[in-house]
Order: sequence, then structure tokens, then C-alpha cells
Amino acid sequence: MTDTVKSTSPTKPSVNYARQFERVALLLVWALTIVLFSFLIPNNFLNWGNFSIMFASYAPAALLALAIIIPLTAGDYDLSVGATLTLSASTIGVLNVWQQMPIGWVLVIVLLMGLGVGLFHSLFIIYFRVPSLVVTLGSTSLMSGIVQWITNSSTIGGIDNSLIMAAVGYRLFGIPYAFYYALGAALIMWYIFDFMPLGRRLLFVGRGREVARLNGISVNKVRVGALCMSAVLASAAGILYAGVLGSADPYSGLNYLLPAFAAAFLGATTIQPGRFNPWGTIVAVYFLATGITGLSMLGIPLWVTNVFNGGALILAVTISQITRGREASDIG
Amino acid sequence: MIKQPDQSTQDPATRPGARPVLPVLSVANLSKSFGGAKALNNVSFDVMSGEVHGLLGKNGSGKSTLVKILAGFHAPDEGGTLHFNGEQVQLPLKAGEGRRLGMAFVHQNLGLVPSLTVLENLRLAELTKDGKAFISWSAEKAAARQALTRFGLEIDPAERVDRLTPVQRALLAIVRAFEEIEAARAITGKPGLVLLDEPTPFLPASGVAQLFELVRSITALGSSVIFISHDIDEVMEITDRITVLRDGEQSGELARADATHEKIVEMIVGRSISRQPSRKPVAASFPVYARFEALSDKMLQPSDLHVGKGEILGLTGLIGSGYEEVPYLAFGARSGASGTITIEDGAPFAQSMLNPAAAIERGFALLPGDRHGESGVDSLSIVDNMFLPDIGRFFKNGFMRNRAMVREARELGAEYEVRPNDPGLKLSALSGGNAQKVLIARWMNRSPLLLLLDEPTQGVDVGTRQQIFAALRKAASEGMSIICASSEAEQLAEICDRVLVFARGRICDEITGERLTKEGISEACYVSAGPAPNMTSTPRVA
Ligand SMILES: Nc1ncnc2c1ncn2[C@@H]1O[C@H](COP(=O)(O)OP(=O)(O)OP(=O)(O)O)[C@@H](O)[C@H]1O
Ligand SMILES: [Mg+2]
Repeated sequence: MTDTVKSTSPTKPSVNYARQFERVALLLVWALTIVLFSFLIPNNFLNWGNFSIMFASYAPAALLALAIIIPLTAGDYDLSVGATLTLSASTIGVLNVWQQMPIGWVLVIVLLMGLGVGLFHSLFIIYFRVPSLVVTLGSTSLMSGIVQWITNSSTIGGIDNSLIMAAVGYRLFGIPYAFYYALGAALIMWYIFDFMPLGRRLLFVGRGREVARLNGISVNKVRVGALCMSAVLASAAGILYAGVLGSADPYSGLNYLLPAFAAAFLGATTIQPGRFNPWGTIVAVYFLATGITGLSMLGIPLWVTNVFNGGALILAVTISQITRGREASDIG
Repeated sequence: MIKQPDQSTQDPATRPGARPVLPVLSVANLSKSFGGAKALNNVSFDVMSGEVHGLLGKNGSGKSTLVKILAGFHAPDEGGTLHFNGEQVQLPLKAGEGRRLGMAFVHQNLGLVPSLTVLENLRLAELTKDGKAFISWSAEKAAARQALTRFGLEIDPAERVDRLTPVQRALLAIVRAFEEIEAARAITGKPGLVLLDEPTPFLPASGVAQLFELVRSITALGSSVIFISHDIDEVMEITDRITVLRDGEQSGELARADATHEKIVEMIVGRSISRQPSRKPVAASFPVYARFEALSDKMLQPSDLHVGKGEILGLTGLIGSGYEEVPYLAFGARSGASGTITIEDGAPFAQSMLNPAAAIERGFALLPGDRHGESGVDSLSIVDNMFLPDIGRFFKNGFMRNRAMVREARELGAEYEVRPNDPGLKLSALSGGNAQKVLIARWMNRSPLLLLLDEPTQGVDVGTRQQIFAALRKAASEGMSIICASSEAEQLAEICDRVLVFARGRICDEITGERLTKEGISEACYVSAGPAPNMTSTPRVA
């Protein structure tokens, strides 16, 4: 009882190695996955062509996941991003292909439409105080219906070549531009989240709305901004989706919703564990993409990809919780 | 360092009137480390049946950590043992096991579910019990009502907890703990243990008296109570025995009979602090800084008041008398209130025009009483919490100066004795009192023109409290106007230049000069409330 000297040095930060490891754990798992598949599929998996296609084709999904984490950080759910993506892609098809409108104008209209969706959500969530889960679930259904109506439930091909070129035509280091748009978005979000006061405000609004309000933050403005940004970004994901596919598909966009949420939560276990963060989200998206690409190259049936998505999410969040011991989880 | 011999642990028979019983709770060699720091180091003590055991210590000395280990929130380090009613209990405890054994908790943050109703919170254990096929809501409601009235609490069981006042919430958590212990005793037939982690900072004198009555009724039936508080007078009044922790180690144990105020303080702080003699109030006159006219809200009836430049104005009264609303109204924190405000020679403006952002713009600052819900965010870092209203200041040339922020946070933390002073830690890693220091530092650092405080020193230990008082007085002497709402007469007597006493939503007394003492203020509170002040006269919250 007498030999114990308590360290009371006030400024000694305690280094927690488990936490340090947690930051890079998903990156390591990703690397391991790549190594594993390279052995299983010796000739085809580990080549740049394969990866560059994967990087480009998952870019819309990455944008979508980035879109989600903005309102998630501010404490609101946006379930409608998948539908917004579809609406945006379909509108491009309708206006550009059927109505022959120049693609530049179409893109402006589509982005403005995204803003409209965000404002529509804000009206109900913030002004009428309807829970965000309910509003965005409703608007998902609403937008899906509108998409079916304007497209007659058909896929519209023949979108302006310049959009396709901008998405997958031009390449840097062999990777189509689509990927760099997603990286650019992550970079901007990283800057906002970590290096602008707005990022801090967003975080406080999400974690303690009343605390934020009493510290002079305009909570409502921040939430409206977050909802609008997420819808605009989802629209941008729709543009990219149309560009990557070269056509507007009225159905498949919705399939992106759950993987995007999975990536958002998975991303919150890495880089900056305990926070939704853009780089973690990007890592998570491409980790999942690698797994799915590898599995499909192995000829494994489609259902396995869903199992992989879900399994990876639950496992990663569980492991991250275990490293925290009995401490409460920060996310969600 | 000073390790008092603790014979009383070994020999319960030395306690006057002791029954020859085995301890209800027996803890031996309990330790807990967070990262490298030891929050608890080889702590051992017993709690006898029917005993009220005080657990004292400075902020961050490990009291709450001990309680959380018993509740199963934290896993202790290897080597400790725990016996409950003679039966060895496996450590770490599983969540909920404490309850099965007969322990009930009132945690420092109360542990209520804000979005559920009073009824659901009160009967939480009962409602979620395994093997219950059917919930009879009418029976539950009756049971809840009965419990509430038994404890003289007039709250609607259907009200959501987040709409209650902090005082009502504290009382609700306490009532729930006592109810649980009674229920457990009915099943196990053995005495239980209620752990109260600083239940009193929210409570006004009448609430404390009522709590103590409850405590006595529980101990009369053989159950025990662990009572944590920074208020030494309360501890002297209610406890039978006291264990003192210092920096996670046991610095001593003593029976109430041997305890004096000075002795306890010395054991807590490690040096003797003379009790601050009541300050001789100087009848200074202050130029008016802010004038509030016809200010009113839910409980507050239209009232006029003012605070001078450099004056510390105290507001007090019984709970529900409306005084606790004033800081929030002056900050524009609540909607639906009315009144007009005049700042110095400026034009009067309607209270409804004010909102927190505008108030901060004018140089006002508000430290709310509800630390978890309104003041700080537990899951974010100390530095972010500290500079929340000033984040813009650290944005230079397009980037947040994160390093400068941490550096400044460390300096400010040192000034306010935040321990451990590591700005990167989450606020939840700090003890209750230390978290409060961070939030006080947040506002003091901005040197506001008008500082609005609601129970500012809740949970802050004796030593630090003096420092905060000194800081407030210094700031006032430099021209800061301060309004402090508190139910603690002692604190008001010590810092205020003038105290307004409220009753039934109106100002009924103004205390200055000679009467500005702890006794004078408490007396005025009771006189003001009419012949029979008690909890049941508390107006319902709409
Ligand atoms: N989750 C945690 N992570 C890291 N450190 C922690 C954590 N919880 C508590 N501590 C540290 O353990 C020590 C003891 O804290 P504890 O909350 O038990 O103090 P306390 O005696 O209850 O103080 P107070 O009177 O202020 O409530 C403090 O130094 C605190 O910073
Ligand atoms: Mg504590």
C-alpha cells in the first residue's frame, strides 16, 4: 500500500495502443484481403486494370456514403440518398436523352433538384419536427414513384458522351476520373470536418443539440445545411452513376443504400474511430468493394456479397466496441 | 500518505449500539486503472447493516469509479474481492447483477432515460423483467403514483423525464433507488444497499431534509446507504462512518462520533483549510448594468430585477419558486417567456428577441445547471468542449489551429485545476467536479460582461470551490456582472453582494448587509414560503 506511487503528472497523455491500432486496423484488414485474393486468384486479381475498374465503378457508392455521413454527424438520418441518386440519374436520362436538353443545363438542374430535396426534408424534419427517419423513408418511396413515372420504368440509354468521358473516359494513373471526384469530395469534407469551425459545430449539433444551442450555434441552420448537402451530394452521385453506366437505370440505385450505410458505420471504426469520417468511409467503401470483386471473381454466387457486406459491418463494429471495453459506443 | 489505522473496519462491535452482524458490503483491495493512471488503488472497506457510510474525497479521487465498479460499468483490475451479505461476488460484476443482489444506484448523472415517462423510468426494472408476460399499466400506474406520493413528490407519472426540472429528476432517481431496494428486500429477505453518488447538489434544503428522512427509514429496516457528497455538513448529519479517498487511495476512515468539520476537510484535502469566515459585506453601490422588467415564464410571475456592474447577485428560494428560471431567461435560452431587458443606457428590448447566439454576441454567458443535457457533451474532447463558443477564434488563414487550441486548453485547464489536465481526453473521462471546472473555465475565459450561473459549483470539492469563488470575486471586481441562482445558502452568502429570495414566482425578500449570512438566507427562504413549506407545495411543471 505504501510502495505505489501514483502518477499525477498532469500533462502526461496516456497512450492507448489498442486505440492506435484501431485507427489502422481496417486498412490492415483491407491489405490482408487483397493478399488473400491474390493467392486465390493468382493471375487476374492483382492487376491494375482490375483495380482501376473497381475504383471507378464504386465511385458513386463512395459519394453516396460520404453524403450520408454529413447528416449522421449532425444527428439526422438520411435514408433517401439512394432514391435521390436514382432520381438524379433518371432525370438526366429523361432531360438529356428524351428531351434533348444540353448536358450542362441538365447537370445544373439535377443539382438544384438535389437542393430542393434537401429543403423538402428540412421543412418536415426541422420545421414540423417529424423524425428524420420517417421523413426520409417517406421521401424514398415518393421519389421512387416519381422515377417510375417519368421513366415509364425503363432504362434510358444514350446519355451524352461528354458525361461518360468525364466519368470513365479520361484516366489518371490508369484510373478513370470518377474515382478522383470521390476523392475530391472526401478531401473537401475532411477539410470541413477537421479544419473548419463548421465541422466542430456539426459534431456538437449531433452529439448535444441543446448544448450546441446554448453555446450560440444556430442548430437549425446547421441541420438544414447538412440535409441539403447530403441531398446535393447524392444527386452528384447520381450524375456520376449515369456517367459510369452510360445510362439511367430507374431501379438499381436503391441497392446502394444499405451498402452505403454499412460503409458509413464501418468507416467510423477506422482512421478517426468513434466518428463518422470521410477517409474512413472511403476506406470502408473500397474494402467492401475489394471483397465483393474478389468473391465474384471466384465465381461465388451473388448472395455471398450481401453476406459479406453485412458480416463485415457487424464484425468490425463489434471488434471496435470490444477494444473500448465497457465504455459506451460513440456512434449511433 | 497518512494512513489512518482503521480498527473500526475490523471490529464493528465498537460502534455504539451495533448489532453483531456481518457487513452488507465488504470490498477488499479494489484497484482500477484507466490507461496508465490509477483511479483506485487497493481500496478496502466494509459497510455494516443499517449503516450510512459516507464516501468522501476531492474531485477525481475515485468515488464515482468505485460506484461504477459496483454497478458493473467498469471492470476493476485483478486482485480485488467483493462480498455482499457474506457471499463472495465474482468481479467484474455483470450489468444488472448488482440489482439482483440488492444494490440500487443513483449515479452522478442520475441514469434516467430522458425520452421515457416518469412511470417507465420509475418502474424500469419491473417493466423489463424477464418472464413477464403482460404489463398491467393500470397497476403500474398505481404503484408509481403510490411511490411518488409516499415520497411527497407531485409529478405526473405520464410526464416525459426530459421535461422535468433537474430537481425533480434527482428526486425521481432517488425514489426509484429506494423503491428498488424495498422490492429486492422483499424477495431476498436480506438487507440491501443504496448508493447515492452526489444526490444533493440539485436539491434545495427541504429536498435534502426529505432525502435524509428516506435514508433513515431505509436504514431502520436494516438496509445500508453509501452516501457521496462534497457537503461536509450534510455528511456529518447523516452518516455513521466515513471513508475518505485521496487520489484513489484510502486516506482514512473515521466514525462520525470522532469527526469534526476540520478533521474531515483535512483528510480530504491533505492539508487544513480554515472554514472561510463569512465575508464582511460592504454596502457598495453598483451602477446598474442590466435591468429586467416584468420578466416571467412558467413559474416566474412578472418580476422586476436588476444587476449592477461588478455586482454578484444571488437568486434563491424553494424549488419551483421561479428563481432558477431567471438565468435562462436573461440568456434567451427558453422560448415562450416575456419581459423587457435594458442594458446600461441602451434601448429596452423584449426578452423574446433574445436567443443564445444574440446573448453571446452581447457578451452574456450562461452556465446551465444540467451539466449533461445542456452544458457539456460527454463524448467529445475537453478541448472542444472548452472552446465551443469560441471555435471561430481558432480559424486562421483557412485552417483550424488545432494545436494552438490544445495548448490554450492545457493552460486554461491548469489555471482551473482540471485533473487530469489532458485536453485530448473525452469529457466523460473526467470526474463530475472536474468536468464542471472545464465548463466554468469555458465561460470565465471569455470574460463575459454578464455571467449567468445556475448551481455553478455543483459537484466541486471544498478546495476548488474556494478557488472558483475567488475567481468569481476577482472577475466581479474587474467589472463583470454576475447572476448566480443557487439553492445553497452557504455559497450565496460567501460570494454575493445581494441576494433575492423568491417564493411562488415572485421576489419576496432582498437580503443585503448584515443579514447576508448562511442562516439569514435559509431563514428568509422558509419565512417567505409561508407557514408550512414542504415539497408538496411545489407547483407542477406544465
Ligand atoms: N472513462 C474514464 N476514462 C479515463 N479516466 C477516467 C474515466 N472515468 C474516470 N476516470 C478518471 O478516474 C479518476 C477518478 O474519477 P471519479 O469519477 O471516480 O472521481 P470522483 O471521486 O467521483 O470525483 P467527483 O467528486 O468530481 O465526482 C479521475 O482522475 C478521472 O479522470
Ligand atoms: Mg463523482
